[in-house]
Amino acid sequence: MSEAVLYDAAGPRGRRRILIGSIAGGLLVVLAVGAAVARLAANGGFEAERWRVLTQSDLQRLLGRGLVATLRAALVAMVLAMAVGGLLAVARLSRRRWLSMPAGAWVELFRGLPLLLLILFIFLGLPAAGITVSTFWALVAGLTLYNSAVLGEIFRAGILSLSKGQTEAAYSIGLRRGQTLRLILIPQAVRRMLPALISQLVTLLKDTSLGFVIAYAELLRNGRNAVEFLGGPYSIPIYTAIAVIYIAVNASLSFLARWLDRRTQRRYGRTVQPSVADEAA
Amino acid sequence: MDAVLDNLDTFRQGFVATLALTVVSTVLALSLGTLLAAMRVSPVTTLRAAGATYVEVVRNTPLTVVFFFAVFVLPQVDIRLSFFTFAVIAVSVYHAAFFCEAVRSGINAVGVGQAEAARAIGLTFTQSLRLIVLPQAFRTVIPPLINVVIALTKNTSIAAAFGVVELTAVTTRLANANSNAVLAIFLGGAACYLALTLPSGWLAGRLERRMAVAR
Repeated sequence: MSEAVLYDAAGPRGRRRILIGSIAGGLLVVLAVGAAVARLAANGGFEAERWRVLTQSDLQRLLGRGLVATLRAALVAMVLAMAVGGLLAVARLSRRRWLSMPAGAWVELFRGLPLLLLILFIFLGLPAAGITVSTFWALVAGLTLYNSAVLGEIFRAGILSLSKGQTEAAYSIGLRRGQTLRLILIPQAVRRMLPALISQLVTLLKDTSLGFVIAYAELLRNGRNAVEFLGGPYSIPIYTAIAVIYIAVNASLSFLARWLDRRTQRRYGRTVQPSVADEAA
Repeated sequence: MDAVLDNLDTFRQGFVATLALTVVSTVLALSLGTLLAAMRVSPVTTLRAAGATYVEVVRNTPLTVVFFFAVFVLPQVDIRLSFFTFAVIAVSVYHAAFFCEAVRSGINAVGVGQAEAARAIGLTFTQSLRLIVLPQAFRTVIPPLINVVIALTKNTSIAAAFGVVELTAVTTRLANANSNAVLAIFLGGAACYLALTLPSGWLAGRLERRMAVAR
């Protein structure tokens, strides 16, 4: 539904009311921010020197290393999760129940558990069984388990979204089931789910911040270490800088996903829409 | 297995804390999210821009970073609350953006004719939204809303890293205390989460299929 159906364009009086309301609302926001800044200034948290800390090359290098570690974990986990997710989707679509049932159980199980619990289980549970695991691999393994389940569902939705005629035509020219999947269905499905894959990459990138909990030296952990070293009053500049970095990286990826989605829809019709809930988790 | 049975009471406490965190945050986040969705479809450009900015900023920020702002930055401006309250704030602020997007997609799914008819009989923007569009929108978005609640339930686990003694915190603590039964304890914690998420997921799936047929 186009939203403009809900109201008429405002007339002169309405426009004036909107203008007055916006200014009043804006003033309220400014007052609230002003009050917060005043408290901060009273606590000495808003001196220019606190923000100048961001220009220190030591801190910039620390955060830069953190960002690289974050991206590395996200990319490794994304590649692994895509591989496992692809196998899961094919297994779930299989006619053999001994393949489709375990794949279904895997998806239900790992989508139903908190990612943090999975990461902690790998980090604390495997050493108890005598297997040492680094913080990097504990984080990547947790991310892979969880995201393989989500990506498996995206892949499956992509294949199921293709019209039945594609499969029927493939069978009628004598292709076998496996060939149909490999030569006809998957190449078309990939195009439809590429935007959804990029949105899931954004979610995965956000989730690498859980590495903070097991002390993997990613962006957030390095920022926290810097604040612990410099002192509490530096928390606002440093955490703001970290939030800005995350938002910049993720907003560019989200923008790319939306652009790709519009382009794919224009050229090839439907795309697989990522679910809001998957973006939240 | 004994390690789980011996600590059933501790598990229960963690389970109750997770449930409380989930319920309180869901109520707050759903209210804020609906308000944001209404802002995003309203005639007032300022409100639309404010709603869109909120969603765009929050959905690109990790929940852990939102927790950082709640737990470490709010005390800097002399807002001192319990860890539980900080966790409720962080979880609600984060999920409001996703509830907003779910409700908005529902509003967009209501047929144009409904809104046109509402306008044609002279209802104002607020009336047509409240009486005609939102009731129908909520019905179609119940499955996605349940799915966001499931995501919220799972995400409350992050509060464990910020001083809240909920299910994940309890599980980790017990696992550290009983190093010979780590697997059993994690299975116990996982079972508690699955008891919340799996039935909700099946409910959402059923409702979704039923409505897909009805349409």
